[in-house]
Amino acid sequence: MNNLLAVPVLLCLFGAGATFLAGRHPGVQRAVSVTAVAAVCVVAGVLVWLTDSAPLVLWVGDWPQPLGIVLVADRLAALMLLVAALVSLAVLVYATGLDQDEVRRETPVSIFHPTFLLLVAGVSNAFLAGDLFNLFVSFELLLFASYVLLTMGGTKDRVRAGSVYVVVNLVSSALFLVALASCYAATGTVNLADLAVRLAELPAEVRGVLQVLLLTVFGLKAAVFPLSAWLPHSYPTAPAPVTAVFAGLLTKVGVYAIIRTQTLLFPTEPLSLLLGVVGIATMLLGILGAVAQGEIKRMLSFTLVSHIGYMVFGISLATSAALAGAIFYAAHHITIQATLFLVAGLIQRVGGSSSLDRLGGLARLSPLLGALFLVPAMNLAGIPPLSGFVAKLALLQAGVADAGPMAWALVAAGVVTSLLTLYAMAKVWNRAFWGVVPEQATARVTTLSRQGRLLPRLMVGSTLGLVVLALAFTVAAGPMYGYVERSATALFDRSYIAAVLSGGER
Amino acid sequence: MTANLTLALVAGALIACGVYLITERSLSRILIGVVLASNGVNVLFLVASGPAGGAPIIGLTPGPQMSDPLPQAMVLTAIVITLSVAAFVMTMAYRSFQINGDDEVADDVEDARIAELARADLASESYEEMGFSDTGEDVVSE
Repeated sequence: MNNLLAVPVLLCLFGAGATFLAGRHPGVQRAVSVTAVAAVCVVAGVLVWLTDSAPLVLWVGDWPQPLGIVLVADRLAALMLLVAALVSLAVLVYATGLDQDEVRRETPVSIFHPTFLLLVAGVSNAFLAGDLFNLFVSFELLLFASYVLLTMGGTKDRVRAGSVYVVVNLVSSALFLVALASCYAATGTVNLADLAVRLAELPAEVRGVLQVLLLTVFGLKAAVFPLSAWLPHSYPTAPAPVTAVFAGLLTKVGVYAIIRTQTLLFPTEPLSLLLGVVGIATMLLGILGAVAQGEIKRMLSFTLVSHIGYMVFGISLATSAALAGAIFYAAHHITIQATLFLVAGLIQRVGGSSSLDRLGGLARLSPLLGALFLVPAMNLAGIPPLSGFVAKLALLQAGVADAGPMAWALVAAGVVTSLLTLYAMAKVWNRAFWGVVPEQATARVTTLSRQGRLLPRLMVGSTLGLVVLALAFTVAAGPMYGYVERSATALFDRSYIAAVLSGGER
Repeated sequence: MTANLTLALVAGALIACGVYLITERSLSRILIGVVLASNGVNVLFLVASGPAGGAPIIGLTPGPQMSDPLPQAMVLTAIVITLSVAAFVMTMAYRSFQINGDDEVADDVEDARIAELARADLASESYEEMGFSDTGEDVVSE
């Protein structure tokens, strides 16, 4: 059963190779990549079910332990993997729909599919990695894929956005290597479970340096406030499916790495004060940035930054209730942020622009599009009974239960951010969906719908699928929250270390 | 373990030069900076691996005199990654040169626009004042 752990990564890598070879046959490429990602979804589903009893451990290549590479799936990793795979599948289907019609303008087909599969492989590997170096390699894998996807086509805007993104991530990779070298110098291992045991024997000062180093590295990937300026700068110019998958997955991989390293390696001294301050700043400054924007994709990028603050909120309190909230939030936010970026792509398609100044009356032009935007937008703001509300409620309850001054400050910032998110979403609704239809939009919509190309079925279907997935989080909130709570509790009971170091099955 | 001071100083100097170059505007200088910094980090791994020893091959060096092979494997991976990064950044610099005539990292236009609006204390174009007329129709005045 443990060999199942390698399957998601292998499927994507082989898929990438196959689609690369089939570069001249777009039909084959689409079939292969959709099949591969769908299979990853199934495997991830099985992993979620299996890990609920005990974490799975796979020592790749059967090297003497704990020297070799190890893949570990506990509840947290399996859940993140499943949500990430489902979102990637939806985005891939959306991109396929886009392909059929905008091939020339948006995505050169022959590179898109292999790169996308490499990205999914990197993300899956990051969730499953059981040692820091493997985590580094998976970050490089997904970053490289993201460089290519972000600068795809090499237009002026994308090269500008891409250069900022690439430079920032190169710095963070170098910093990650410094952290790795320091960890290895201090303990002689990079295996996470082994590190957790050996770090506890080190002087507190050395441990503190390593902790802050790792937090900085992953904070940069997750776009936590002082390190978040690159994100709204680089995301909005990419094609809709690319932005959607970046917004959904890449920052959440950073959040996952923060949760994993902080709880596993440094369980006794959480950086509550630092994380609390940073969380408040991320939430408030992010959402204030969003409110100021007049372009939908940029606004969504700022809300993305802002809502990372909620997850930092949960991590900073470092109780199992708060972490359960943070994990649920991450799962909810992966889905919802990706959906909104896909909808932004549809808005651009129907309205001919994503700037609020040039849009209007979309609800009249396409009521379906209105519904597709409104439900996830309200979900993001946290209107009951949608999953955003459940996640925010869990975090706020954890904050109130903690009752320290920092916890109250976080609760206040969380409520204000939620309200401002509602305001930002209402602004989009007001400007883009109500009001007068601009003349050129009417002409455009008539031409497109006469050709039957206004809202291609695959694009609408995949977006709808994600909206329904987010609604399913509400319907299945009971069992899902139970699972999340169990995974948060397991973060503190050292079952991860026990499972990895007991030898496991080979 | 006693660390090798010379190596640590070399690593520090390389990384410092790298960081200085990365703060430049031009992509080709940034690239040189990245290469310098990553070599500095690779030297740091050598510091982490402890005292130098024989080649870590069984049968060639007796166990206790071997140098630690694990950091070397990591450095090897890091070198490969730096190589491909260098190739990618060069492509991007060249593309930027083709389009703009230089390879500088440009500022975000939209950011500048919003900052300008704020400085002039103007409402952005997407700001609107809603008024309500007697007919019940919402009137937008801009």
